[in-house]
Amino acid sequence: MKPELNKHLQDLSQAIIQGLVDEAGPLAEKALTEELPPLQVIEQACVPAIEEVGRLWEAGDYFLPELIAGAEAMKAAMAVLQEALKSSGQSLKSAGRVVIGTVEGDIHDIGKNLVASMLRASGFEVIDLGADVKVEKFVEVAASEEADIIALSALLTTTMLNQKKVVELLVSRGLKDKFTVMVGGAPVTEKFAREIGADGYGESAVQAVSVARKLMARRGGNHD
Amino acid sequence: MTEAVLRPGVRFLSQQAVEQIIDEAIELLQKAGIFVENEEALKLLEEAGQKIDRRKSRVFIERSLVEECLKTCPSEIRLFDLDGSREYLVGRDEIHFDPGSAAIKILDPATLKEREAVTTDLVTLYQLVETLENLDFQSTALVSADVPEEMADIYRLYLGLLFSRKPFVTGIFRVESLKPMLDLLVAVRGDEKTLAEKPLAIFDACPSPPLKWSRLTAQSLIDCSRLGVPSELIPMGLTGATSPVTLAGTLVQQLAESFCGLVICQLARPGAPVIFGGSPAGFDMRKGTTPMGAPETMMIDCAFAQIAKHLGFPTHAYMGLSDSKLVDAQAGLETAMGATLAALAGINVISGAGMLNFESTQSLEKLVIDNDICGQALRLVRGITLREKPLALHLFADLGPDFNFLVLPHTRKWYRQEHYFSSVLDRDVYDTWTALGRLDIFERAGKEITRRLSLYQRPELCLEKAGELKKIMKAYAGSCGLEQLPEAGG
Repeated sequence: MKPELNKHLQDLSQAIIQGLVDEAGPLAEKALTEELPPLQVIEQACVPAIEEVGRLWEAGDYFLPELIAGAEAMKAAMAVLQEALKSSGQSLKSAGRVVIGTVEGDIHDIGKNLVASMLRASGFEVIDLGADVKVEKFVEVAASEEADIIALSALLTTTMLNQKKVVELLVSRGLKDKFTVMVGGAPVTEKFAREIGADGYGESAVQAVSVARKLMARRGGNHD
Repeated sequence: MTEAVLRPGVRFLSQQAVEQIIDEAIELLQKAGIFVENEEALKLLEEAGQKIDRRKSRVFIERSLVEECLKTCPSEIRLFDLDGSREYLVGRDEIHFDPGSAAIKILDPATLKEREAVTTDLVTLYQLVETLENLDFQSTALVSADVPEEMADIYRLYLGLLFSRKPFVTGIFRVESLKPMLDLLVAVRGDEKTLAEKPLAIFDACPSPPLKWSRLTAQSLIDCSRLGVPSELIPMGLTGATSPVTLAGTLVQQLAESFCGLVICQLARPGAPVIFGGSPAGFDMRKGTTPMGAPETMMIDCAFAQIAKHLGFPTHAYMGLSDSKLVDAQAGLETAMGATLAALAGINVISGAGMLNFESTQSLEKLVIDNDICGQALRLVRGITLREKPLALHLFADLGPDFNFLVLPHTRKWYRQEHYFSSVLDRDVYDTWTALGRLDIFERAGKEITRRLSLYQRPELCLEKAGELKKIMKAYAGSCGLEQLPEAGG
């Protein structure tokens, strides 16, 4: 049986699950003032909480607003906890570095923002290039930021072809093995992802996280 | 004879709610302002004394300017067909259906999968729509994948003008296409003055929610207004994503975006024709999609038309379409509900026929079925007419045991006007239906397409103007790197 969670950890966990953005930060601070080590707070309260948010989404209990609120609450708590880690000379193991953006010609960024939030909430470092991002820019930033994953979003069937162009550019520059590419967006399918040579595809923001984790495992472990 | 007819209608807002939404929309433009990313439009607004944050291209529009523009905008527009003989009133409670526009795919009836459309698909669609008696207008309903993307917008209008008599609902994807597209219309009419007197096409212009008119869309408003070509404003807020989650809140934003569009048009040319339309949707918080068949989507559309009518504008909505991927029961349900509500709401231009999959897939079979749905909706709003006085007393003079009404001249005189006859809905008895091959509506629609296409006749004027239109199209295609236009047939 799991040990009973400390009350402060329980409160923080609940705040994230319920998406109480304003309460998550102060509750994280409170846990720290009770001299709980930041790593323990993250591992015992935050991570299980955001996983529960994802589970509730997959089960159909949570809709987009709850999902976003959960990710935002997680972000607020993690800001406090990461600061504490830093001052104690520790650092959190990154789940991976992701360069994300909506491809050229497409100004829709709701889905992309959602994926970015969920990835951040799940311990990934995310470099968000915004919307209408040029093909070259993805590759350049991924190289300069030493990213693991390039994540490409497209809402329009006309622009999803630009996801293919990014993969093609990586191939032509001999960088295809250096970066892992994942794609998503309303018109994108698993089949399309395979056809264009992308490494992963997620149907939802929650799936995007598990896909990114799998891809990182395949790359041979996490960053330090 | 008396023709005292009640036009059946539907309303979603109280008078007080209408006024409150108008008031908040005006206040929103004044307080929050709106982004206008077009130099020419900003200049017009600046000259009209509006406060502008140049760095952010953000304009704060005064109530007095909105109110002034409300006065100069015409409450009715008249569109004319290809040879300028048939007139269509866009205003009051007149309703006109047209196909949902700018689909990027077509549903292939053989595979039941969507595929890219090419020139011949567009031509077939235009020819079919010409034969659909309940669709008053054409729209540039499909995007052709066999020409460069840069000319996709103008190419669909070009093909349309080669094969259609009906007026068009269209729009641009790129700012460069606007001039040659207007040139095509001028070529059909002969000169700019005649085009202004007898508009042949409506140009859709979509602000980007929340509260932004892009360079492209604002330019469309300005150039069309100067030529007297009607602009159809198409705000497209998604509840809870790109507009407030409440329906009333989305209406405030939609109206504010429309007011800004109206102001740009009226500043470009006072009296410019403007249609208050939209393609909002009740955003699906589970799937992250934009269901056009959702009741909330239809409620926003109807309520917005009610507000626009209160202000005295012609109206438009994307209604009578479906999110289904196949022409199935869901497609029928959503299309019929939308078309019926739109008709009852008295929306002047109702775009949606043929459309599936969130405004992205056209289906010829669905167009034929929707023609019947639109026909039934049109029948509903014609209402119950009091044809004769007395209404029925005089018909019972020969009442006896064998009496029936089939033989009465009264029956023969009125039955066609009183009843709508569908072309593909099944009203056969079971045995006949079996003998005809047990076809479902999709299969019957397929046969009906063949029958209708065999009746299509290309308008004379299309043939006469073809050379001139091709010259304009070819010149533009050349600038897009296409030397030879695909064969249009005909």
